[in-house]
Amino acid sequence: MPLIETLARMEAAAAGAARPLTTVRHRHLSDRPLVCVPLTTAGEAGAPLGALVGTDRERPLLLTVAQPRDRDLRFAFLAELADAVLPYLDGFADAVGHEERKETDPETGRKVTVQVELCADAPQLIVPSTAGAAYMRLLGRSTRFRRTAEQDPEAPYPAPPRVPLLGRWLTHLGERARVPGSCLLLPMTELLTRHWATGQSALEDQHLGALLAWIDPPDGHSGRTAAEHAESARDADGILRCPPAGPATDPAFDNTLLAPAMARYDAGVPGAAEELRELIGGQLRPTWDAVWRGYDLLRALPPGGHVADRWKRDRWSYTAHRDRVRAGEPPQPRRDDAVTAARKLASRETAQAQLDAQEALDDPLVMAGRRLAGEAFAGEVTAVEEAFSDGPRPMPRPLVTLRTTDTPLLTDGARLHRPLPDGKAQSAVFVAYGEGAAGSLTVRLTGGMGRGKVPAPGSVPEPGETVCWTLFEHAPRGGPQLPEPEDTPWTHGGPPASAPEGDTPDPTTPEDFL
Amino acid sequence: MNVFRDSPPAADAVPSARPTPSPSLRRRLTELRGPGIHPRALDARALAALAANPGCRRRALLDGAGVDKAALAQALGSPAGHGQSRFALARGNSFEARVKADGGAELLRLLHARLPSGTPAPEEGEVAAPELTAAGPEGRAARTALALREATAAGGWTLLDHPLLAVDVAGSPAYVEPDAVVVRPDGVWTVVEIKSFPMIDGAADAAKVGAAARQAAVYVHALEGVAAQVTAHGEGPARVGERVLLVCPQDFSNLPTAAAVDIRKQLATTRRQLARLTRVEEIAAALPPDTTFDLRLTDDGRTATRPADELADAVETVDAAYAPECLAACELAFHCRARSREQGAVESLGRGVRGELGSLRTIEEVLAAAGAPTADAPGCGAQPAAPEHTPTDPGPDPDDPDDDADPALAALRRAARLRAEALAAAAPPVPVPRTAPGAEDPVCR
Repeated sequence: MPLIETLARMEAAAAGAARPLTTVRHRHLSDRPLVCVPLTTAGEAGAPLGALVGTDRERPLLLTVAQPRDRDLRFAFLAELADAVLPYLDGFADAVGHEERKETDPETGRKVTVQVELCADAPQLIVPSTAGAAYMRLLGRSTRFRRTAEQDPEAPYPAPPRVPLLGRWLTHLGERARVPGSCLLLPMTELLTRHWATGQSALEDQHLGALLAWIDPPDGHSGRTAAEHAESARDADGILRCPPAGPATDPAFDNTLLAPAMARYDAGVPGAAEELRELIGGQLRPTWDAVWRGYDLLRALPPGGHVADRWKRDRWSYTAHRDRVRAGEPPQPRRDDAVTAARKLASRETAQAQLDAQEALDDPLVMAGRRLAGEAFAGEVTAVEEAFSDGPRPMPRPLVTLRTTDTPLLTDGARLHRPLPDGKAQSAVFVAYGEGAAGSLTVRLTGGMGRGKVPAPGSVPEPGETVCWTLFEHAPRGGPQLPEPEDTPWTHGGPPASAPEGDTPDPTTPEDFL
Repeated sequence: MNVFRDSPPAADAVPSARPTPSPSLRRRLTELRGPGIHPRALDARALAALAANPGCRRRALLDGAGVDKAALAQALGSPAGHGQSRFALARGNSFEARVKADGGAELLRLLHARLPSGTPAPEEGEVAAPELTAAGPEGRAARTALALREATAAGGWTLLDHPLLAVDVAGSPAYVEPDAVVVRPDGVWTVVEIKSFPMIDGAADAAKVGAAARQAAVYVHALEGVAAQVTAHGEGPARVGERVLLVCPQDFSNLPTAAAVDIRKQLATTRRQLARLTRVEEIAAALPPDTTFDLRLTDDGRTATRPADELADAVETVDAAYAPECLAACELAFHCRARSREQGAVESLGRGVRGELGSLRTIEEVLAAAGAPTADAPGCGAQPAAPEHTPTDPGPDPDDPDDDADPALAALRRAARLRAEALAAAAPPVPVPRTAPGAEDPVCR
């Protein structure tokens, strides 16, 4: 944990309420997100117990499975979930704008500009916690290889229509969520911990109720007591007063309430199904409200300058998957081939570097952390000296001296960057530390001054101005191009097999529970 | 039976061949537990957790004495949320039964496929499954050792279902029970761990595999003691495999699949941490003479009649090393956390936090040293006694010569100054939105 965050946590612990870690909101929040709060059956993989889902905070759709070990009930749940989720996801597919993109013409090999569709907006799925996001990915994995009766009349246990499609979308959202800064699938705990420091450890922040208790403590309580209440207060029967945000349930709830109710259902007691529905709904509703509470808290923050930029990438991602589904491509394979995996990894690394840079540029508090780490410095310009580059056509290369109290980790000739008012970056190199005065250093501007012999107006800082230089690039780019999958070198397993196993269904047995 | 082969010299302090504690220690531990209370057995999960926090004297003593920590936590008023859902339990048991069905045929097939050894696969009916029942843990452990010796001498395939192994923990014995141990004809003993979390597309949840590997390392560590004895008796070269077999359900089905897990690293950690554990005897000797953790249970054995304050004082006589990781592993963690928070210990925010803070131990000290605002949220229930500062106060002069003396302190002051500057510059200051009407704006101005 960076020292500045540690300090924020300590301030929060001493004050009894969370402290800001950012001054702006660094993630896009949709006006109409789809919230999904899933619950799973303890011990069973991919056997949902219930879910609250919807875009209307007052009227969530409650889906429950009375007996998670019954395949038909589970399929009925997944079909209902597909009916709730897919129309929302599809709702963004048809409102499109057009963007120009360079593509390589396959015949001539030249780069040509083509017009492509870009969806004007994209769906956003919000889940309570990181475990909830992982569960969405798991649901995607468990359903995308299922066969419907229409796809394969011979399938032993045909899935309801649209369930495999739901799996493909959930898989896509889950994969996209691994890209730093992406916002198609967001866990609420991650969103909140990015923006506030609580007076507890990062481990304890995984509890949505406790996290919200620190950020927004109820009247007359400190965050600490409210958080302790949220995570461990139990009623007379030993049931947690604030149910966990899932997808795992409270073991005491399972043993005391759920198991007897399920036994009554299995015995055919009338009203047992309704009772189970009520029980599961009761566990889900507090988390549902907590997610929306978190949403409100985050919406109150002004968005950062680069948030829309990053959301555009999410829109690209959504549009691309929409196209793949429309083209009838098979579901995502179980394992990526070497090139696809390398591409994904490279794009995530690039996204991480971009996110780090953009957050710092958008937010002085984040920049403060980078300055403390020696990756940036800010100071007042004390002198500007005109200078020119060598060569046949001398270009302005002014020397700027500034005084700073920061301690950047500079090496000779280190490249520096600073944002200009027009959003572009100006580059410079570090020249030397000033003699005499402590904290004085000189940099040589190397770009961002136009093409003339005189620097463009406003591109050279004036004495007295405060400037902030970073040692990191503002728009870091990815590494070199990777080959096409069919050109995978033998060192990486060679080209993938021509017939991808992506479409084969999982093996099924007559009873699929243990 | 200690086999700290490559452990540091400190391990020499742990006497070897100490399967049972001395009579005086045993008497002392009984006193600590309370009269008539049976010691709680220490399972591999608890041992792995203990080994993960070897500096915790409180846990070492309570576990060593076999005190029921869950009941103790309940009586202290901070019950743990630990417990297992009966659904998970049922599934775990039924999966294990399925894997071991037909004399373990499927299990041995998986073992042979994942840990090839050059020996042909066992034929049907060729696998011995000795009876391991005996009275008491000592008896069962002895029975297991005998079965292992015989199996190794026989040189065939043997499947030991739920053997019991003794392991020396801080000078007193603990008994652990692996799901199964397989003896191969070449004298290699393999620990089998059966878990009910799924292996999806050949990969399982990393955190769960890690926990299973740490648990398996405890079994391997315990088995090595028996193996050394068997080899010493000249019954054949017995060797414990450093790769264990992890059996899990495949994908979303109930069919078992398996993977070989190399646990050398976890084994080395377990050995080192167990060697580092302060001996229970020393901890017990340092206690005030009349200390006891007796809950004074009522006759039905359910309600504790001893006052919580008195119990808390008793628990306080031995130090804990609380870190947030304890919450997932120790029944007493909520109690220790409350204490840690009351003292304002920096570790309550995470184990790694202290590394950057030099000699500062409490949050109050850190904030005072940083010159950061502390007592700035009246009405929030905070009661820090640190000096008041406004956020615009840059704190002590960064050029203060004192700062150079302690780099941790200098970094802290710079962090506080940078943070305050950035927050002050962000106009308007970010409010923490509140729902409660009329609530104080908790952001300092």
